[in-house]
Amino acid sequence: MNVNKRQEYRTLFKQNVERRLFVDKIVRLIVISCVIIAIIPLGSILIEVFKNGMAAISIEFLTEVPGSIGSGEGGIGPAIQGTLIVIGMASMIGVPIGVLSGIFLSEFGDNRLAKSVRFFNDVFMEFPSILLGIFAFLVIVLVLGHFSVWAGAFALALIMFPIVARTTEESLKMVPVTYREAGMALGLRHWVVTMRIVIAAAKNGMVTGVLLAVARIGGETAPLIMTILGSSLFFSNFDTPMDALPLRIWRLSLLPYDSAQMQGWGAALVLILIILAINIGVRTLILNKDDTYRFGRMIKEKIGGRK
Amino acid sequence: MEKKLVVPHKQKINSDQIFKLGATIAGTFVLAVIVLMVFQLIFESYPIWEKEGLSFVIGTDWNAVEGRESFGALPYILGTLTTAALAMVIGVPLSIGIAMFVSDAPPRIGAPLGFLVELLAAVPSIIYGLWGLYVFREYFKDFIETPLHSAFGDSIWLFSGTPFGLDIFTASIILAIMIIPTVSSVAREVMKAVPQQQKEAAYMLGATKWEMFKLAIFPYSKTGLIGASILGLGRAVGETMAVTMLIGNATGASAIPSSLFKPSQTMSSIIANEFVEASPAGLHLPALIGVGLILLGIAVCINVVAHLLVTRMLKVKEGAINN
Repeated sequence: MNVNKRQEYRTLFKQNVERRLFVDKIVRLIVISCVIIAIIPLGSILIEVFKNGMAAISIEFLTEVPGSIGSGEGGIGPAIQGTLIVIGMASMIGVPIGVLSGIFLSEFGDNRLAKSVRFFNDVFMEFPSILLGIFAFLVIVLVLGHFSVWAGAFALALIMFPIVARTTEESLKMVPVTYREAGMALGLRHWVVTMRIVIAAAKNGMVTGVLLAVARIGGETAPLIMTILGSSLFFSNFDTPMDALPLRIWRLSLLPYDSAQMQGWGAALVLILIILAINIGVRTLILNKDDTYRFGRMIKEKIGGRK
Repeated sequence: MEKKLVVPHKQKINSDQIFKLGATIAGTFVLAVIVLMVFQLIFESYPIWEKEGLSFVIGTDWNAVEGRESFGALPYILGTLTTAALAMVIGVPLSIGIAMFVSDAPPRIGAPLGFLVELLAAVPSIIYGLWGLYVFREYFKDFIETPLHSAFGDSIWLFSGTPFGLDIFTASIILAIMIIPTVSSVAREVMKAVPQQQKEAAYMLGATKWEMFKLAIFPYSKTGLIGASILGLGRAVGETMAVTMLIGNATGASAIPSSLFKPSQTMSSIIANEFVEASPAGLHLPALIGVGLILLGIAVCINVVAHLLVTRMLKVKEGAINN
């Protein structure tokens, strides 16, 4: 190999490396711009909601019933109250079923039935929420003959329980088997071991799962359309239609008035504050503790978000 | 003495059995709900299948006036598939880019970024809709749709129609933003599941970072990435409120998506729009429930496939770690 040949190879090698490094740089640039493109909508949403929402917010806006259509008067009191009531009732139905079902998956989950339950639980979690609304409409509204809070709570509970079940399962599984053995060695019954020892140890994770599920159903609109319908009065009883924040936002967005648009932003600000407070609070306060960290990642991935 | 020992033992079995039974019932609740739901949807939409038969799926009429009732769901099926597919085309590459960045960045940068992207998932659909309607739509109409329309409107059918902002294009972009968190967080987990040795082997061969992704990560996580995208597709298909607010809500034959700048309708949006007004006595309600049944079928198929792909990928990961 003479000197010239060597020189030629050297240049070729250099060109090759330069080209590859160049491609690498371009890809880095593309990847970073992907991240920026995804952050822009989030930033824009938060800024617009806060900017426009703050203008609408006042004590009257938060507590009064909606005024006549297009007048721009009144507030979203019933909607806030309705959202809280419906979330509370959905949790009362959804959380026990979800927790028990999570216990089933984690403590008795070594058979074929549990495997299929786990699989369908995951699939059910991704069902379009509007279908759960239709289901609640068919089994409750049509049977009772009127729109009601019950139906809305039932529909939201259906969205909630698979999430709670899955997170409960994962957090129970994180409890070391030695805890269970210690309980068994004391002669405790299986259910005592589960309820008193395992659940106590997995409490953090379970609370996280429930709170994130609450945040998730708080923003659900589609299933509420055909169950609680919406109303402009404060809560009177469980058998009547009721208002909820997401529903109110939707109704306002259908109106052609500027005042309705402003009220819509105000309601959106209240809703997003509730949801982001739960989300950020849970993620920073509970999930960042060491023992739940791995679990936290899993929850975030499982819940992802929704519809 | 003997008896005393036996009696508590018996009690123990009983209470435990009750506990197990209770847990099992709660566990199978989800199966019961799914079965009951499918049954209910089929039962309640039966009148429409009886009257329209197959033309309910391939027909384009949508007339709820009593006496002239005629229902065909084809435009909405096409609308759903088109918007979801467009959302995938835009959203999936972005999400994979984000997943590449987050899975590879040092935790100090990656973790907060991942957190921010996940906050996108926490924002409710209705707020995306509101933002899309009042903010995004205006910019999009002025800076993207109108120039595209004036440049290609006459030559390419894709860009014909009137750029008004309430159309398939806007709805698809919002959908794309909404599926980013889902796809990118699953894609990130899948990429993290690639064994460290694979990456080191690629680096040892002298690969640049991009070449490492090409050599080690993509081939290894292909199945999982496809699964993640399909999961995103499932989300896009079922998405209701944001689409309802932005797609323009056409009905009947005019809702067939023929250009990006045309109002259309998806299966979920027609249900959201018309469900409350539909009278249970006529065929309107059964027709909407029938649309729901079709939506259910599509969504279940997509999700089952996605879950099978993702779990297969993550199982491979467990095997790789244990060995």
